[in-house]
Amino acid sequence: MDDLLSEFLTETNEGLTTLDMELVKLEQNPNDAELLSSIFRLMHTIKGTCGFLGLPRLESVAHAGENIMNKFRDGELSVSATGVSLILECLDQIREILTTLEATEQEPEGDDSDLISRLNAHAEGGDAAEPAAAAPEPVTVAVDETVEDDEEDELEKAFREALGPEELAAQAAAEAGAPPPEHPPVAEVVELKAEPTPAPAPAPKPAPKPAAKKAATPPTPTGDTGSSVANQSIRVSVEVLENLMTMVSELVLTRNQTLQILRAHKESDFATPLQRLNHVVSDLQEGVMKTRMQPIGNAWAKLPRIIRDLSHELDKKIDLVMKGAETELDRQVLELIKDPLTHMVRNSADHGLEMPNDRVAAGKPETGQVILNAFHEGGHIIIQISDDGKGLNTDRIKEKCIENGLASEGELDGMNDQQIQQFIFKPGFSTAAEVTAVSGRGVGMDVVRTNIEKIGGTVELSSTEGKGTIFTIKIPLTLAIVSALIVECCKERFAIPQLSVVELVRTSAHSEHTIEHINETPVLRLRNRLLPLVTLRDLLKLSDGDEPEGEETELREDNFIVVSQVGTYTFGIIVDRVFDTEEIVVKPVAPILRDIQLFSGNTILGDGAVVMILDPNGIAAATGEIAVADSDLGAHEDRHQAGNDEKVAMLVFRSGDDAPKAVPLALIARLEEIDLAKVETSGGQHVVQYRGQLMPLIPMKTGMELEKEGRQPVLVFSDRERSMGLVVDEIIDIVEDRMNVELSAEKEGYIGSAIIAEKATDVVDAGYFLTQAYPDWFGSEAGKENFESNKSKILLVDDSPFFRNLLMPMLSVAGYDVQAVESASEALTLCEKGEKFDVIVSDIEMPGMNGFEFAEAVREDHRWSKTPMVALSAFASPADLMRGRAAGFKDYVSKTDREALLTTLQDTIAELKGAA
Amino acid sequence: MSDTYLENEDFVTFYIAGQLFGVPVLSVQDIINPQRITPIPLAPPEIAGSLNLRGRIVTAIDVRKRLGLPARKEKESMSIVVENGHDLYSLMVDSVGEVLGVDESSFERNPPTLDQRFRDYSQGIYRLDGKLLVILDVNRFLDYGRNADAA
Repeated sequence: MDDLLSEFLTETNEGLTTLDMELVKLEQNPNDAELLSSIFRLMHTIKGTCGFLGLPRLESVAHAGENIMNKFRDGELSVSATGVSLILECLDQIREILTTLEATEQEPEGDDSDLISRLNAHAEGGDAAEPAAAAPEPVTVAVDETVEDDEEDELEKAFREALGPEELAAQAAAEAGAPPPEHPPVAEVVELKAEPTPAPAPAPKPAPKPAAKKAATPPTPTGDTGSSVANQSIRVSVEVLENLMTMVSELVLTRNQTLQILRAHKESDFATPLQRLNHVVSDLQEGVMKTRMQPIGNAWAKLPRIIRDLSHELDKKIDLVMKGAETELDRQVLELIKDPLTHMVRNSADHGLEMPNDRVAAGKPETGQVILNAFHEGGHIIIQISDDGKGLNTDRIKEKCIENGLASEGELDGMNDQQIQQFIFKPGFSTAAEVTAVSGRGVGMDVVRTNIEKIGGTVELSSTEGKGTIFTIKIPLTLAIVSALIVECCKERFAIPQLSVVELVRTSAHSEHTIEHINETPVLRLRNRLLPLVTLRDLLKLSDGDEPEGEETELREDNFIVVSQVGTYTFGIIVDRVFDTEEIVVKPVAPILRDIQLFSGNTILGDGAVVMILDPNGIAAATGEIAVADSDLGAHEDRHQAGNDEKVAMLVFRSGDDAPKAVPLALIARLEEIDLAKVETSGGQHVVQYRGQLMPLIPMKTGMELEKEGRQPVLVFSDRERSMGLVVDEIIDIVEDRMNVELSAEKEGYIGSAIIAEKATDVVDAGYFLTQAYPDWFGSEAGKENFESNKSKILLVDDSPFFRNLLMPMLSVAGYDVQAVESASEALTLCEKGEKFDVIVSDIEMPGMNGFEFAEAVREDHRWSKTPMVALSAFASPADLMRGRAAGFKDYVSKTDREALLTTLQDTIAELKGAA
Repeated sequence: MSDTYLENEDFVTFYIAGQLFGVPVLSVQDIINPQRITPIPLAPPEIAGSLNLRGRIVTAIDVRKRLGLPARKEKESMSIVVENGHDLYSLMVDSVGEVLGVDESSFERNPPTLDQRFRDYSQGIYRLDGKLLVILDVNRFLDYGRNADAA
């Protein structure tokens, strides 16, 4: 293609984009003379170039548009919505012609006379009739905005103040040779601000002297981004930037080498200039990095126009709020998220927001809001698109799923709202009842999701019916500079992104922190918590070379543990050495290495060496923790299938006979190994001094005599200030398994037996041993107010015998009168019989009637409608909590959180008594 | 595929276990001396690691291992750096020979009896005086996706 033509196309397209934005701005601030003249200039340039290149059709269209702009500028015509619409239409026409021009290098045949005549008609006659009616509208919009939107208010003010004198200046320019000003410019600004009606006619305006104007023009930092910035930037091809980047990297390496040489020669004449070079190179590197970064606002540039058109097309009132437009991200990523973003904003405006009437009826302001918010968080860019519309209708989604065969009714019944909402990301899904011209063109959220995932991002959604929907996009800052911790393992160095590192712990055999093992699985006690550990050496199958390969290497005496966090999962990575942190540039690994999920990239360190960057997400996933947000749905489905036998983490140990014993891990505070020589006897009980207190020791096997010396493992149970130790023979493992307890009430201290890790295991009744140490263990606080006479009655509904048997004794010793049933229907039978309870504690996932339905049924029945209900579930996500509250549960407690349950019960009953 | 090199073309030659190989001279970015290579844990065995070539990360591939040949005795080796799909790879070879221009008429297709791996990665053979030159198909040699599918 002709160079001239291609240059023209790029330039004009850019100009059109700017015009789109500025026109929408103009509609809201019709008084803004500077904007007006900037728009006019752009329009004029387009027209002029068309004429120069011999493109008559384009020229005539552009000319007609320019005509109106000219009238606007001269004040012969006031800015109106109709006028702006016409000009936008004219721009679209230009764009269309350009597209053909680009493809064929020929101006397409066609007739624009209709558009041109309408444009001319508006330019000629419009002023008399239309502005009177149309002009006030945009103004009220503008004023409304300043009043309604507090945040915008400041900006708006600054904007107006800043532009005031400019405006006068422009008018002054229009009226060459005007008399000197009668008022100082500042007074004029105040006057303008106070006057909401547009002042279309420039004639009577006093104009300041050009010189005074210049001086009086304050810098315009906020509002005016379009034109002035454009003038201060130049276009550089990406290739040039990439080359620059490579060269700077090399320069950095050379500098580092030079500095290293310098260190060997203490007294050198080069020292000072080299230091200087050092600083300059650092700055240079930073500067070049910056050239790749662009504010996300660039990807948003088209949105105001889209929203404006949408609001006209759909007859909705939509307010687009954009926050954090200055947040920078790599330009490559920027390009890739542009389309998904546009699609999502369009979706929010079209499907999310209701019609103004419906909004008023729902008690919301007539104008709907779509809020775009971008910010940095933890090495990622978060972009949120939220609307205050009607939210997702789960029932509609369900219907749609069944219709499209995405899920069966039975499957859907077992899911919570959040799981159901995720279906909108599935291919072949569109909730809009009818396909509108705006969105719902068969390209759905699945495409959005695919596109975002392509660049390593995630998209999440949360929606409340009637309140609105929030989409959260999380994208990595690829190619950006990351601060990383450099560690060593088996003489190899690795980088761990600093953002996922919580802290560093040094362990040695003699210090406070030592690594302990449960069945060869290393763990670390860290501030009263057990921290799971992974060995980098084993994980990466590294060896020092002097040890036989394949064998599990013994841990060294001194280790460094990098405590990392992925989501809510915290774990420690054992490494040999920790160096310092270094700023690194993340480079993607070669395609042949992409399957290795433990690395997120590689980088070149200051000394020129290549190191791999460890991906904590990958490590977490590789070591068995499902912490990745994306697998959420899968986990939910698992849970659904698992039905009522949820997985429980159990600590398996041995004591007395050979049969392994198990106790829920959640009940155990710590694992200790005590020195038997330190065991004392007090009041017929074994005690040991532990953390400045006496801790009673209860042998697991009754009558078991403790040895006089040696070490013995102890399971420590804690409750507030008190602890007790259960002495066992050996700790075997931690197992997460489904719990199917077969009962046997024969043996004291056991709930029953279960198959754990394919072995028959006795499940220990922790409550029994706790009361052995302190008979009033559970009653210590809760019990005080609950004497025999007014024991609170609790109905416990749980289908799992394991939990029934775990909770029953626990609640009993806490001073409650507990009745347990295994299903909701059984509970309702009790209700029929006229039984009365103070509190109902119910499981959520149950076969037949689930907890939510049970709660609804209870609420409907007048006999029990006032009985407070507490939900009990192994999973207490915020969404569950919300659903629980909606169904009528007072509170929602995690099954394994004994303390929370007791506190909740106590509170509930206290409240009940207070009310009575 | 084999018809591509019928014209006169120059090849950078190298030796692997006594056999002469060639890669088109235009696909070669660099010839480098032994370098410090960072091993990549968990990577396939023939991937020797990665190295820094003037600020770009290059993945080093041991050609012997990729061809299923026994490892070479001396640890250090010369490498030929080639670009493939915007990524640089350094092919570790026994020794690098001269650049040869070959006569199109001496081109032969791969003998069907050739070892599977050689057949996969060879574009064809040139008959030279006293020796045979195997032309390495760099694209296929580095195409791990295809290889994984086959495996």
